[in-house]
Amino acid sequence: MSFVSFRATFSRHDLVYIGILAALLFAILPLFLDIFRLNLVGKYLTYAFVALGLVLCWGYGGILSLGQGVFFGLGGYAMAMFLKLEASDPESTKIQSTPGIPDFMDWNQITELPWFWEPFYSLPFALLAIIIVPTLFAYIIGVAMFKRRVGGVYFAIITQAIASILTILIIGQQGYTGGVNGITDLRTLLGWDIRTDSAKYILYYLCCFLLLVCLVLAKLITKSKLGRLLVAMRDSEDRVRFSGYDVANFKIFVFCVGAAFAAIGGAMFTLQVGFMSPSFVGIVPSIEMVIFCAVGGRFSIYGAIYGTLVVNWAKTTFSESFPELWLFAMGALFIGVTMSFPRGLAGLYSSYVEPFILNRWKQLKSKQNLKVSAEQARV
Amino acid sequence: MSINLKRILSLFTAGASCDQSDRRLILSFYLSLWFLLSAAMVNASVNTTGLAVTDKEVTVGILHSVTGTMAISETGSVQAEKLAIKQINDMGGVLGRKIKYIQEDGASDWPTFAEKSKKLLVNDKVAAVFGCWTSASRKAVLPVFEQYNGMLYYPTFYEGLEQSPNVIYTGQEATQQILAGIDWVVKEKGAKKFYLLGSDYIWPRTSNKIARKHIEKLGLKVVGEEYYPLGHTQFNSVINKIKLRRPDVIYAIVVGGSNVAFYKQLKAAGIDPRKEKPLILTISVTEDEILGIGGENIEGAYAAMKYFQSLPNENNKRFVKAFKEMWGDDIVIGDVTQAAYLGPWLWKAAVEKAGSFDIDKVRAASPGIELHTAPEGYVKIHPNHHLWSKTRIGRALRNGQYELVYETKELMEPDPFPKGYQ
Repeated sequence: MSFVSFRATFSRHDLVYIGILAALLFAILPLFLDIFRLNLVGKYLTYAFVALGLVLCWGYGGILSLGQGVFFGLGGYAMAMFLKLEASDPESTKIQSTPGIPDFMDWNQITELPWFWEPFYSLPFALLAIIIVPTLFAYIIGVAMFKRRVGGVYFAIITQAIASILTILIIGQQGYTGGVNGITDLRTLLGWDIRTDSAKYILYYLCCFLLLVCLVLAKLITKSKLGRLLVAMRDSEDRVRFSGYDVANFKIFVFCVGAAFAAIGGAMFTLQVGFMSPSFVGIVPSIEMVIFCAVGGRFSIYGAIYGTLVVNWAKTTFSESFPELWLFAMGALFIGVTMSFPRGLAGLYSSYVEPFILNRWKQLKSKQNLKVSAEQARV
Repeated sequence: MSINLKRILSLFTAGASCDQSDRRLILSFYLSLWFLLSAAMVNASVNTTGLAVTDKEVTVGILHSVTGTMAISETGSVQAEKLAIKQINDMGGVLGRKIKYIQEDGASDWPTFAEKSKKLLVNDKVAAVFGCWTSASRKAVLPVFEQYNGMLYYPTFYEGLEQSPNVIYTGQEATQQILAGIDWVVKEKGAKKFYLLGSDYIWPRTSNKIARKHIEKLGLKVVGEEYYPLGHTQFNSVINKIKLRRPDVIYAIVVGGSNVAFYKQLKAAGIDPRKEKPLILTISVTEDEILGIGGENIEGAYAAMKYFQSLPNENNKRFVKAFKEMWGDDIVIGDVTQAAYLGPWLWKAAVEKAGSFDIDKVRAASPGIELHTAPEGYVKIHPNHHLWSKTRIGRALRNGQYELVYETKELMEPDPFPKGYQ
């Protein structure tokens, strides 16, 4: 990627939008929400990482992945494995037939820690694994698919199949993975209790910070030459290929970035919610994440974040108020948004709200200018 | 009654002279003050930890899936809990307070269960939660209940290996469902060879592990053990294996929708449960599941449970009648539904014994709580938070009910960590 200057990457608009988002996440929400609701927002934000990756892959690159849950899950599981090992010290698991191993292994008659769990005693290894394992996996999928020019619907179906396969694998190997229950009852991170309120605040801020970092990265990518190439590829892949670019490499790259974002989200999810289960890896959650992105607007990196927040907030509110009817309300929301605003909330904003604001701004300016020129005329 | 506060204040401060009406005013002031204080004190003494308890009401939570794949199973539990709460309220409530419930939907999704349980405990400050169904949902909420010190009444028969101070398990743990059932087929039906079969998750696996150990202890043989993913619908290959190995008993712990395919395919392959060659013994099919399987497909199979809708005792007749009055005549009542019905009653008894809604006091009061009015008969809470209960064997009938063929004489002691079976 060629060097891009700060001014060229971030227009004044972008700085305003990032500022508003940061103010919302760092100041407004923590001020007005109690810790329970804030923790929920923190959970929603972990999905926003995935939605952000999808904007890059799908909105910009035209690669629709229906298997982002795989990367979210891998990241989450890597974090959960570390936390679970820390929670399974011989002292607190002395009731088991084999103390010192995670409880679900003991329930499945496993008597020693499997080799691939061993390295997860180390936090640096776990942190590296959170990023590297999903990215490497995405790279392998990417090479296998894009080098053979598999794309579009076929790619979407294959990613969906991978999500399904991984779920079956996790559920089937319950002695090693915790099965349907997942890895539960995570307590501390290097002795620091992640279940206390103060820990929740810290994890929330960490999550927001990481999200903003990813957002800036995403912005850098979209504004760079690479971003323009992605859009060109999306709209006319053959022309880009004829112009001498290796299309597959760009696709692999952006798919890997999406996977890494999702993995960070997964790890933050595990930390904030306190467990990880295969219900985040499968087809349904993966499609749900695409919906977050679609509602927010798949061409807008800000839209993805607001979309995720809005959909999840709606989900929580509807299901609290109408425990038996909320799914219909959610269905109506999705149908409504995709029918009426195919570009999502971001499209709604850019076609109605933004022109209105700009108009008012111009009017204000021209009035001022008039005043100034009138004063000048008087002078 | 409105009290003229200004006048009272002036009487106190300025030492204004009292006439008759003033004296009455002061008296009424003291009286109302005394009422207020005593009410506050009564409330404080039954509720020292800030739960959602007022003088007239106590709030509890109901947390089951009413949407998603588990809704079909969990609906019965929700109905049973609402019925129990209604009956308790009609009798005057708990410690003179009516029970108000807040219902949340776990949506068949384990993290949602965790989120909603946290909401019930932290936001709504409920005095107890009746809920969860699958082990996965219980495992998801367990850390929440332990962290915020809530009380969960969990209705499902389950794999054991757990004993939380924050849960009362009103269903059977594995040994209560398995041991007596196997003893019965061995003694009464002369079974020698068993084929173990189940859905692939912790409950069937742990249950089959206990069953296998027990069978081997009796000196008998397990000729096959297999697991299929939840929702699996192709059982032809295992049916062929069963035919090949000729077990005396198919011990089936198939769960949910897979049951429909399993029993239909068994019958289509010529294994008729009525012939008892091999005999089918299940611990996962209640009356609720038979609705989906169809009575004609499973007629003749045996189930080991603690409750059947057809139990002939008076408690149960009253319970079934009340249930049908509230929820309609077509409804069937399975084992878990009855266990869910016990939850609010056991909680009420514990609260009244403790004289307080405080979680710690309710926990301390719980062991030893008895319920003579339980539809399954008499139950009692063990110090390990599980219930003493009988094991019963029922034979499936064409109309979707079970007829009782055997029950243990004594209550079975709950043993969530069975020695020699792990």
